[in-house]
Amino acid sequence: MTFLRNNWWKIIGVLILLYVIAGGLLFEAPQLPVIRETVRNIYFHVGMWFSMMFILFMSLFFSLRYLRYFRPDDDLKAATAVKTGLVFGTLGLLTGMIWAQNTWGSYWVNDPKLNGAAVGMLTYLAYMVLRGSVDEHDKKARLAAVYNIFAFVLFFVFIMILPRLSQGSIHPGIEGNPALSAGDLDPRMRKVFFPAIAGWMIMAWWLFRVYYRILRLRKNIDELNEND
Amino acid sequence: MLSEIGHMIRKEITLEWREKSAFNGVLLYLVSTVFVCYLSFARLIDVPTWNSLFWIIMLFASINAVLKSFLQERDGRLLYYYTLLKPQSIINAKIVYNAVLMAALGMAGLLVFVSFMGNPVQNMPLFVLNMLLGVAGFSSVLSMVSAIASKARNNFTLMAVLSFPLVLPLLLVLIKVSAAAIGGAGLVEELPNLLVIVLLAGITLVLSNILFPYIWKE
Repeated sequence: MTFLRNNWWKIIGVLILLYVIAGGLLFEAPQLPVIRETVRNIYFHVGMWFSMMFILFMSLFFSLRYLRYFRPDDDLKAATAVKTGLVFGTLGLLTGMIWAQNTWGSYWVNDPKLNGAAVGMLTYLAYMVLRGSVDEHDKKARLAAVYNIFAFVLFFVFIMILPRLSQGSIHPGIEGNPALSAGDLDPRMRKVFFPAIAGWMIMAWWLFRVYYRILRLRKNIDELNEND
Repeated sequence: MLSEIGHMIRKEITLEWREKSAFNGVLLYLVSTVFVCYLSFARLIDVPTWNSLFWIIMLFASINAVLKSFLQERDGRLLYYYTLLKPQSIINAKIVYNAVLMAALGMAGLLVFVSFMGNPVQNMPLFVLNMLLGVAGFSSVLSMVSAIASKARNNFTLMAVLSFPLVLPLLLVLIKVSAAAIGGAGLVEELPNLLVIVLLAGITLVLSNILFPYIWKE
């Protein structure tokens, strides 16, 4: 019973994703010109970005909490969240690029949404470089937390401002959340789309937890070795 | 607090004046870069390229100019400030001072750039206003990043890597407004974009004031 009590949400997440993969590939989808069957990518591509933003929000939260209480665990959590977010961001870029090649005819187009995503990835890669360049633990934690907060706010402003500056984006979902507004999505797709978002977010949270445990164990081993 | 900021700025200016070589170095860097561009483009340059080139040069010169702003402070001296001043006074003084420095640099750069690469700008007052606002925005981002980078190893790479993604939003708005100024747009048409620049600068200023105390304490 303890297994169920501790892991019920993982089981639900896996079941949802199995449903999403099967349903996403098999269920009826609207036949739109140019997009055609690639519309099914929405269950995967958009899910990746949602999970990334969710995990990066958590990273911001842990960074803020680190600057409040200075607990080393919070710093490790923030760093783990950024690494997990980068995994989902990379997957989001890859699924997006495949989609772009099949609908817009090129892997990358000069579009405010795409550039915003690229800047976000650069920011968090820079965060990892910063962590690598400082040796002392608490100094590293403090600088990383400060940069994380600074960068997150500017990144958020950026992805909100940038699309409004240019003449518009060919990427759907110009205002607010992509594909979430009621008029945007065919009702046939909603029954897979919403579970897909939830499923990927559960998966992201699970990945984050596993990754965090690995990194914490590694850190403990390092500290034991240092004390010898 | 205002008088603390005033004293800090006066100290920065005095130091800069005593060691002119640093400022001259950045100035020479600017002139050399413009000259390299002049030679490699061989005068066949269209207006969008002129604009982007100007801003890329300005960006790199700014990073160079601000980089030393926290590096030159030795540990002992930082400790001394720590006993005297509020951390906010220090970061605000650095931001104001760097903005003034980069404004001077920008004007000099514009002069050199125009004399080498020609002057396509139709609305020069708007172009200069945009540059001055942009420099103020650059200053608050770069001063903060310089404070972070000065605490870590391989500062210059780190400074560039950390600041590019943060400066990019500002840079894109600046390039857009200056393109409009080159095309002869009026102040009123570009007012929303100028407000965006002011807003971005304001956000970074507020963030710097909140976050700098955490970097500063050892």
